[in-house]
Amino acid sequence: MDKIILLGDEAVALAAIHSGLAAAYSYPGTPASEIMEFLIRQPGNGEKYVAKWCVNEKVAMEEALGASFAGQRAMVSFKHVGLNVAADPFMNAAITGANGGLVVVSADDPGFHSSQNEQDSRYYGDFARILCLEPANHQEAYDLTREAFDLSEKFGLPVMIRLVTRLAHSRAPVAVREPRGKNQNPKYGYGPDWTLLPANARRRYQELLGRQKDLKNYAENCLFNELSPGEKGSRSGVVVTGLAYNYFREFYNRLALKPAFLKIATYPFPEQKLLKLIEQIDELTVIEEGYPFIERFIRGVAGLPGKVIRGKMDGTIPASGELTPEIVAKALDLPVKTGLSTGDFRLPARPPQLCPGCPHGDTYKALNEALQGYDRANVFSDIGCYTLGALPPYKAIQTCVCMGASVSMAKGGAEAGVYPSVAVIGDSTFAHSGLTPLFDAVYSNTDMTVIILDNGTVAMTGAQPSFGTGEPLDRLLIGLGINKDHLRVIIPLPKNHQLNTGIIREELAYHGLSVIIARRECIQILGDKKRS
Amino acid sequence: MTYNVILAGVGGQGILSIAFVIDQAALAEGLYFLQAEVHGMSQRGGAVQSHLRLSDTQVYSPLIPQGEADLILSVEPLEALRYFSYLKPQGVVISSRSPFVNIPDYTPVEDVYREIANGPASVLVEADKLAKEAGSLRAENMVMLGAASLYLPLQEDNLKKFIKILFKSKGEKVVETNLKAFELGRQAAKK
Repeated sequence: MDKIILLGDEAVALAAIHSGLAAAYSYPGTPASEIMEFLIRQPGNGEKYVAKWCVNEKVAMEEALGASFAGQRAMVSFKHVGLNVAADPFMNAAITGANGGLVVVSADDPGFHSSQNEQDSRYYGDFARILCLEPANHQEAYDLTREAFDLSEKFGLPVMIRLVTRLAHSRAPVAVREPRGKNQNPKYGYGPDWTLLPANARRRYQELLGRQKDLKNYAENCLFNELSPGEKGSRSGVVVTGLAYNYFREFYNRLALKPAFLKIATYPFPEQKLLKLIEQIDELTVIEEGYPFIERFIRGVAGLPGKVIRGKMDGTIPASGELTPEIVAKALDLPVKTGLSTGDFRLPARPPQLCPGCPHGDTYKALNEALQGYDRANVFSDIGCYTLGALPPYKAIQTCVCMGASVSMAKGGAEAGVYPSVAVIGDSTFAHSGLTPLFDAVYSNTDMTVIILDNGTVAMTGAQPSFGTGEPLDRLLIGLGINKDHLRVIIPLPKNHQLNTGIIREELAYHGLSVIIARRECIQILGDKKRS
Repeated sequence: MTYNVILAGVGGQGILSIAFVIDQAALAEGLYFLQAEVHGMSQRGGAVQSHLRLSDTQVYSPLIPQGEADLILSVEPLEALRYFSYLKPQGVVISSRSPFVNIPDYTPVEDVYREIANGPASVLVEADKLAKEAGSLRAENMVMLGAASLYLPLQEDNLKKFIKILFKSKGEKVVETNLKAFELGRQAAKK
């Protein structure tokens, strides 16, 4: 078959379709969004399979688990921090096991390109005691996703795929294989296996523990875990995982004496192969994108007596940030090139910022003005474009932690004496994780003001549909128990500045829970509509 | 043969459309390629770049090593300077002359031009003027691709073919505008 140009994300998505996917679920998040975008765009969507954005990652994971229970092949995808949201069903899915093939894709963001941390999803795979596959390149992203569906049904367990930004968001040609159909007339999962009462859960966990040797066996024999001998005379070795393999291979031909190396694509990793590598060498360099996951296992507490281990834990490679060709060249003791320099020419930074005409800017201007005169105020914010309100010229917010935290932190803050305590949250983030803490605040009638920035879309990740927008959002808030007199709607436009500032001021002064919806369509969406 | 290109610009200037055309043309010519891009938060009016590697053998690193880029193709002059450390001494800079000023401390643009001229071989293109001449200011990216087409190891016809495919869904007029932009950019770089 011809090769197709795909993003790493798209290679995973296409492999899922070719594996007989029946259902896929996701919540937008960089760098994972393009998996679902691809699935939604394909002609098979709605006919051959279901592909849907969900209200949050926990829901997405559970919907995929439901499809797996029903005996169909399902996939759930999200960014690394999305797995935190989905952690409860994720951990327990290892106990229920998978009936139809269940693949969980977590896309990590080393280097914090578009995230609040750079946590390494491989720990979650280990934590849940399931298989985690880590493709090195686009072809492997396709091949290993196909493999993941097979393995999930073979072992009766969910299988995780770990991606990183540079693979998720780069393009290369991929050769694809013959697609297969969905599972035909599948049986449902066996009830007692899926009902995690303690007695059942204990039995299922024993079965999961018993399965570990099968997973290790698979890792030993998996062809994607490649052990390559060193050149005669070489006493050094390299362990490379996932994407790191590419940087290593980039420089491999420049190495005077080729070291032995072990390329790792599966977790559990192939321990016997690793021991075989260690036998041949005196010095081991471990190169992995993310945390020093393998390196920590190898070092243990006693290290390798008589041998040197180099990696992220001894400073050979920086402990934080993304790998670069330069970092890897240096770790391989190769000279690092420096390109041209612009000398002392002053090159101003160009950080991301709110678009000209963005409604959030108008809301922040009004909020900043309304807060004047209060010296103990705080604005707790959330995850989205509007987090850029932390930067000049607005400098309007003081926190951003995780999805929904604005509302819960504003409540905690208010109860600890913050006044006025303000939460600023986007409409989609509110639907994702703001509803439950707001319900909490209704119960306590907390003295705080929640501003929902309703621009009608998930703007930052590329304008996916939002669940909690427009008139249904108003009804939802009334239903949740928000006092009608303190549920206000403003239209953030420059011409409304005085009016909006006044409304915000009134609600800040009110000693109880109030919600202000700042409603105006995302300027990007508006522009797209006008152009088409 | 490996030919490394840094595509640079500001979020929203259409560098991913340039990348699309180059990628497809490369595949059509049987070349291997790897192209890393930036999505998400960085796209919002911030500096964006894409590393594009064309080769007749497999390339591995998704990022171009410093000092190994053959070409910086920038839709914005200040952004061209940001990636000088990637350029080979014998590399080429092709940049638009039109500044995109969305920061308060933008360097005086004459200084930017001078700094580019101080570097290796460079071509500065009146991308805004030519795009307008072609029919749309939004076609600056295709003007720049046209200018770069003299240097890329790809056939002009293939690049044009995928410009047509890229803009097909937007109607014939948009296709014509972008092809004309490409042609004007190409002619400008010949001078």
